[in-house]
Amino acid sequence: MHFPILTSLIALPILGSLALLFVKDTEQNEGVIRRIALIVACLVFVESLLVWARFDPASADFQFVERRAWIPAFGISYAIGVDGISLLLVVLTGFLTPIALLSSWESVHRKTRAFCIFILLLESAMMGVFVAIDLFLFYVFWDAMLIPMYFLIGIWGYDRRIYAAVKFILYTMAGSVLMLLAILALAVLNESATGHYSFDLQTLYGLSISAGAQFWLFLAFALAFAIKVPLFPFHTWLPDAHVEAPTAGSVILAGVLLKMGTYGLVRFAFPLFPTAAAFFAPYLAFLAVVGIIYGALVAMVQPDLKKLVAYSSVSHLGFVVLGIAAMNTQGVQGAVYQMLNHGVSTGGLFAIVGMLSDRRHTRLISEFGGLKRVMPRLVAAFLLVTLSSIGLPGLNGFVGEFLILLGAFIWNPQFAAFAATGVILSATYMLWMFQRVNYGSVSEKNSTLPDLKSREWALIVPIVAMAVLMGVLPNLFLRPMAPSVERMINQSRRGAAVEIRAGR
Amino acid sequence: MACVTAAAIAAMTAEAFRTPGERMPIGPLGVIGLLGAAVAALLLWDRHAASFGVVVADNFALFVTVTLIVVGILSLAISGPIVERENLPKGEYYALMLFSLSGMILMAMAADLLVIFLALEVLSLGVYVLTGIRRDVPTATEAAFKYFLLGAFSSAFFLYGIAFAYGVAGSTRLDRIGSLMAAQAMSPTPMQLLAMALLLVGFAFKVSAVPFHMWTPDAYEGAPSPVTGFMSTGVKAAAFAAFTRVFLSALEPLRGEWSDALQVIAIATMIVGTVVGVAQSNVKRMLAYSSIAHAGYLLVALIAANDIGKGAILFYLLTYAVTNLGAFGVVGLIERDDRTGDSIVDYAGLWNVRPGLAALMTIFLLSLGGFPPLAGFIAKWYVFTAAIKAGYTWLAIVGVLTSVISVFFYLRIVVMMYMTPSTTSLPIPPTPKVAGAALVASAIIVFYLGILPTQVLNWAAASIGSIF
Repeated sequence: MHFPILTSLIALPILGSLALLFVKDTEQNEGVIRRIALIVACLVFVESLLVWARFDPASADFQFVERRAWIPAFGISYAIGVDGISLLLVVLTGFLTPIALLSSWESVHRKTRAFCIFILLLESAMMGVFVAIDLFLFYVFWDAMLIPMYFLIGIWGYDRRIYAAVKFILYTMAGSVLMLLAILALAVLNESATGHYSFDLQTLYGLSISAGAQFWLFLAFALAFAIKVPLFPFHTWLPDAHVEAPTAGSVILAGVLLKMGTYGLVRFAFPLFPTAAAFFAPYLAFLAVVGIIYGALVAMVQPDLKKLVAYSSVSHLGFVVLGIAAMNTQGVQGAVYQMLNHGVSTGGLFAIVGMLSDRRHTRLISEFGGLKRVMPRLVAAFLLVTLSSIGLPGLNGFVGEFLILLGAFIWNPQFAAFAATGVILSATYMLWMFQRVNYGSVSEKNSTLPDLKSREWALIVPIVAMAVLMGVLPNLFLRPMAPSVERMINQSRRGAAVEIRAGR
Repeated sequence: MACVTAAAIAAMTAEAFRTPGERMPIGPLGVIGLLGAAVAALLLWDRHAASFGVVVADNFALFVTVTLIVVGILSLAISGPIVERENLPKGEYYALMLFSLSGMILMAMAADLLVIFLALEVLSLGVYVLTGIRRDVPTATEAAFKYFLLGAFSSAFFLYGIAFAYGVAGSTRLDRIGSLMAAQAMSPTPMQLLAMALLLVGFAFKVSAVPFHMWTPDAYEGAPSPVTGFMSTGVKAAAFAAFTRVFLSALEPLRGEWSDALQVIAIATMIVGTVVGVAQSNVKRMLAYSSIAHAGYLLVALIAANDIGKGAILFYLLTYAVTNLGAFGVVGLIERDDRTGDSIVDYAGLWNVRPGLAALMTIFLLSLGGFPPLAGFIAKWYVFTAAIKAGYTWLAIVGVLTSVISVFFYLRIVVMMYMTPSTTSLPIPPTPKVAGAALVASAIIVFYLGILPTQVLNWAAASIGSIF
């Protein structure tokens, strides 16, 4: 019996937060509390790297699988494992959590202990979502994750935090409860086909479902994921949640939580219901393209830095959904790659916006200007992250967007053409924002702002390094995911192939 | 076997008779009696004991009994501080609570309509008085009066139903009614339908299903909080036990007739419970509407009535009992003699003053809202699986959507406790040890049933599978 490394990824943050309960929440202890949380988060990251190191990139199967009966009467088991698609998302989660903790190092001084506990619980739930290969277990983590995020936004957020927190949780729940019913329906379908219930993903992959049932089940799953992504027109919770959340919340929300929606599409909605997926793919792609352009246009006119980044997320996630909808090697690889990119670059952007708002206590673009002269180092990092978000060749964003557009073009050139305008628009709004914030004349209020502190160095260097690494050596990341992506595409193409054959 | 049953029933009622005379350690005595009953229940497990054919201690009844004993122990534990604080007559308070508890247990075991009625009256009378036990408080008296009048009405309906059933079958025994109904199921007579409808109304009153729910918010608001917790869980569990037994055994052949009516009632109950709950500003009224909504979910399980649904009823009752009593326990510790502290606004900033109470309340509320990994999630999942399996997808969809709405009002309290600065600086009395321990125990059970539900789910499924 080898060491249950994936379980420890989930358990370690929980243990960490339990340990924190024994530290008294006083001001003197604040540093201790933060350090404990940071050490735990770093340990989890190291462990996730270990998983990557020991991962066999040639195999498409789930690895490190652990399986224990949980509610045997219903075929529910505690089943976890990673394949090439989830592996890197697990690493991303491990990567961003310490960064999120660091990013709120100074802005959170109230109830530090509870803050750290919620961040760690959130990390454990996110890990659970990515490694669960039992649908019931997946849903448990999916829903459990809402609670810590709700508290993070609601307690440590900005002025309209309560509205944003409640909106966040209700929107997400409204979508996910229907998915719960669809999951139950799947188990019941499996029971009528084979005589026993099962929530096991691999068993359910093999289940053949009538086209009519697939239609409704796919819609239920897709709605839950579309709200989470968020796909236009389900995106309205996102700007509120992002703007009101504390920096750490925004980093995790943008960096990891949004990926859960697209991950769900890749892992569940498409391969489980191939026929319906083939039918709905153009509609999803249409919404994605609308989202790309709409998100970019709205981002362009935002006066608030955080809101601008939030809308840029809507636009960037549209690319991911487009790549998934294309359902070919380039598209899906690009989509998974873009999920990681977006996590790194948007996480970085939110962290930088957090630094600015910690210094000035405002996030209005008009309040800034000429920062380049005041804090050249911070602005240099800002520039790199901005460029990576735009998709400059040599940085990470380019690889993902290029692959997605390639995949989309092979599938349907019109979608690719419209989506490509989004690339231009993103350059426009990001660079324009960058110009207004960092160039021009320095106002008096901005002239004395301090440059990067050591803590902020520790936070931003990994992000920039990762952006460069992913831009220069994409194969390092693409290689382990390739077999799993291939298998998933074959799985999802079953339905389409059946349809075409029937058509002839 | 019959004598073991008799002993169990004696044990269950004995503690009720024993208590009024004693003055000092009444609560603990009640707990001892309840523990005795629990032991008896465990000894009777799988024996399928029956006495006189009108009281049966099958596993179904025993599961409900255990649930009721849990309700009883928790209620007694959280009552202590409130009884002290409000200077309620101790002897009467605990005695009435135990009396009505024995009525509930009898109701769970009754296999005869008349015995059910008897049990119903025993439990109701106790609860009526408990509702109005604070005689000098106008709202309490009003609540008790309303509850009594409407309850009497429902009893009358129920009695009429029994009369018609007797007229049809010549017996009030459930098994005889059942075999007769089965014989004529193809073409039910109007008399049968009338009996069924009247019984349905009677039960719907007791479980506070819409449109027979009008008494619930007033009674819940007026009664002392532990009593509210007691009746929202105990009465509901007992009534649902009898409801299930009557409709899934005696009236099962008429399923085609009552299923449609119950579906309408269930949908209305879920929607009214949650939508009106959103508009409440008093925590107890809000929890009252929440309990109406939960009755709706239980009805869904009753309608589905497959193997899963039957197990789901039992599991849901247990889960709901523990969670709701916990919530009312916290409410009881926060409210003050002059009825302030019941408003949602009074919870503002509770986290800063009493982080422990706030955390417990949050756990109970999230469980009521059906969040994993808490018990409420498993219970709802079980109910909705039953509904989907039985083909009632619409009921399940209404169920999950209303539970999203209910999350909204549960979260309002959480928002108040954690995210709103305190407005009033009214002191909150320190939490007594017993009540605190009871609340912590409830919270642990809520987590246990949420994370490791297998054992209890198996018991629930096994205890009901053998019977109907």
